[in-house]
Amino acid sequence: MESYSRRWFLGAGATTLVSAAGLTACGSGGGSGGSGGGTVTAMVYGDDAVKIQTQAIDRFNASAAAKKTKGSIKLQKIPASDYPAKLRTAMGSPNAPDVFFNWGGGSIKAYQEANQLIDLTDTIRTDSVLKDGFLPSVLASGSLGGKMYGIPMRGMQPVMVFYNKTLFAEHKLQPPTTWDQLLDINTKLKKAGITPFALGGAETWPELMWLEYLVDRIGGPQVFERIKNGDASGWGDPAVLKAAETVKQLIDDGAFGKGYSSVGYSNGGAPAVFAKGRAAMHLMGSWEYPTQLGKFPDFARKELGWFAFPQYEGGAGDIRNVVGNPTNYWSVNARVANKDAAIAFLRDCASEAYTKDLIANGDVPTTTLAEKLLDSSPNPEYARFQYQMVQQAPAFTLSWDQAVDPSWQTPMLTEINKLFVGKSSPAQFVSALKGLK
Amino acid sequence: MSSTVTTGAKGRTGKGARPSRPHTAWVLPGVLFFTFFAAAPMALAFYLSFTRWNGLGDPEPVGLENWRKLIDDPRLTQSLTVTVMLTVVSWVFQTVVSLLLGVWAAGRQRNRAVLSAVFFVPFLLSSTAISLLFYALLDPNFGIIRGDTLGTTSGAFLAIVFVGGWQFIPFHTLIYQGGARQIPEVLYQAAAIDGAGRYRQFFSITLPQLRNTATTSTVLMVVGSLTYFETVLILTQGGPGTDTAILPYLMYEAGFKSYDFGYASAVATFLVVAATVLSLLLVRLTGFGAMRSTREGM
Repeated sequence: MESYSRRWFLGAGATTLVSAAGLTACGSGGGSGGSGGGTVTAMVYGDDAVKIQTQAIDRFNASAAAKKTKGSIKLQKIPASDYPAKLRTAMGSPNAPDVFFNWGGGSIKAYQEANQLIDLTDTIRTDSVLKDGFLPSVLASGSLGGKMYGIPMRGMQPVMVFYNKTLFAEHKLQPPTTWDQLLDINTKLKKAGITPFALGGAETWPELMWLEYLVDRIGGPQVFERIKNGDASGWGDPAVLKAAETVKQLIDDGAFGKGYSSVGYSNGGAPAVFAKGRAAMHLMGSWEYPTQLGKFPDFARKELGWFAFPQYEGGAGDIRNVVGNPTNYWSVNARVANKDAAIAFLRDCASEAYTKDLIANGDVPTTTLAEKLLDSSPNPEYARFQYQMVQQAPAFTLSWDQAVDPSWQTPMLTEINKLFVGKSSPAQFVSALKGLK
Repeated sequence: MSSTVTTGAKGRTGKGARPSRPHTAWVLPGVLFFTFFAAAPMALAFYLSFTRWNGLGDPEPVGLENWRKLIDDPRLTQSLTVTVMLTVVSWVFQTVVSLLLGVWAAGRQRNRAVLSAVFFVPFLLSSTAISLLFYALLDPNFGIIRGDTLGTTSGAFLAIVFVGGWQFIPFHTLIYQGGARQIPEVLYQAAAIDGAGRYRQFFSITLPQLRNTATTSTVLMVVGSLTYFETVLILTQGGPGTDTAILPYLMYEAGFKSYDFGYASAVATFLVVAATVLSLLLVRLTGFGAMRSTREGM
């Protein structure tokens, strides 16, 4: 060992530094071409809907705006389930994307705190295309601390109950509006040997949706509002316990069948269970429709129905309250080299062409142009239902995992999963969440 | 003094002396590789374990905070228990199967040679591909093995043990096959003359002769189980609840789900220390370090 002198180690250290510097040079070299002009990299969540961003980029790169800003956009598609971790790693490296997909709220808080985001407030205020292009409430949801950081770039994503119209007709069932009606339907379906609800319980977020809606319907939106603001004692609200007990009752009654905790959503498991008629209903975000349209087009067109999450008898929440994600956003990295090209590209999200692409994919855009174009949707009835659902909602609760502080996210999801697999009782569930720091 | 010089001269030029060793520079590629991809990241993780860092900006020193949190974390105890159980159960499963298969495959018959080659195939696949394959096979609605296998604690645990075994048994079979082929034929001939049957030969000759082979295989299995990761990530994500969250998964979750890289580094450092201590202990306890020949007196 002695022959490896101190000098040797210093030499090795220097080599590390040199190679690190090399990487840095490569990183910034890829993202810019000096002052004015250069490629803008855009990192996006790589699910079925990514084709809309691909079309938008092709359109932009061929446009006059691209020539004027001497820029072009390069898309980086990241496989869906890896997206948040990949984004975080990339944002901490010299290869950070210039423009990136996000969920607003808690999902960009860390980047804002690290001064990695461009404040778009003035850009939006002074640009009528952006200012008047989107529903104001949705634009507002992309802001943090009164400053705007996001441009809406996908459809609205309210969560609702989807159902199989054929199965409902066969068993003479009507979409329920109250919880008791829903339980009655569950009983009838179980008698017929059909699992009432598909649930992709291998991932926790589909389970989370049940608690989000139950807490809202039982205790009203202010219960989670308090939790979201960092008050852990808010988990002690009786509505949370009641919601957890209701979940346990559903599980014990077989509302989700038996194997749900081995079924995934992202890998197509739960959508297939639902589309193939093994389960009659599915509580899911509005992306369920485009997902089914992509995988089981016949089912999506002919058999897929939807209704709002039912009212809970004696509960404080309005049946018109919605939970889910307002939409997804593009945010701009503070280190972007060609800001003009990036902003010019974001303006396309308000365009008629972009709105039409979204509608053709079965999405309901958050652009102001959308309302009059909804009739061209592959399913205008569904599109209008969704648009009105969001427009008329007295309260729109952002998905809990996106809304809470990132340090709460994993422990919260773990506790929810433990509740769903029977590893903790409703009382244990509440006391574990009350202990979050 | 003079004798030293003479020896040195001989060492360089003389015939019959020890052959000259390769120049020190020859180890450079190996050392560089190890430094960049093992030593430097380990040192960095050790440093990060004393900081708070969310992956953005600069790490902020927090002293022993992460280590205190690690000691108090009830999930660490659970994780350790699961990791130890996984290691022990995997060891028993893999050793028994690969020892028997290896000894069987050591025979010179042609059909055994062909079958050994076939058995080796799973080891050639990536762990991720294998895990995805079994995830599909275990799908409760569309898989071959229906039912809520991965949703129950014992089901999920045994699935991980089985998939790990399916992948690594071929490799350990190969080690045992090699070891068994090294056993001199004369031992069996002598035993046959003395009237020892097949089972007696296995327990009195084959097993004792494979002692060093078993140690090698065991160390590889134990250290392998401690760093097992992809299978858990893909099959169970540590679930149901946190029942299969082994240490490497706990580390991944802290780092890449909660973005608490300081705490994740503390778990990582703990894992490195535990794995090193365990493999040193194993080597010492089995007398492998002394490398006593299994053929003394022959």
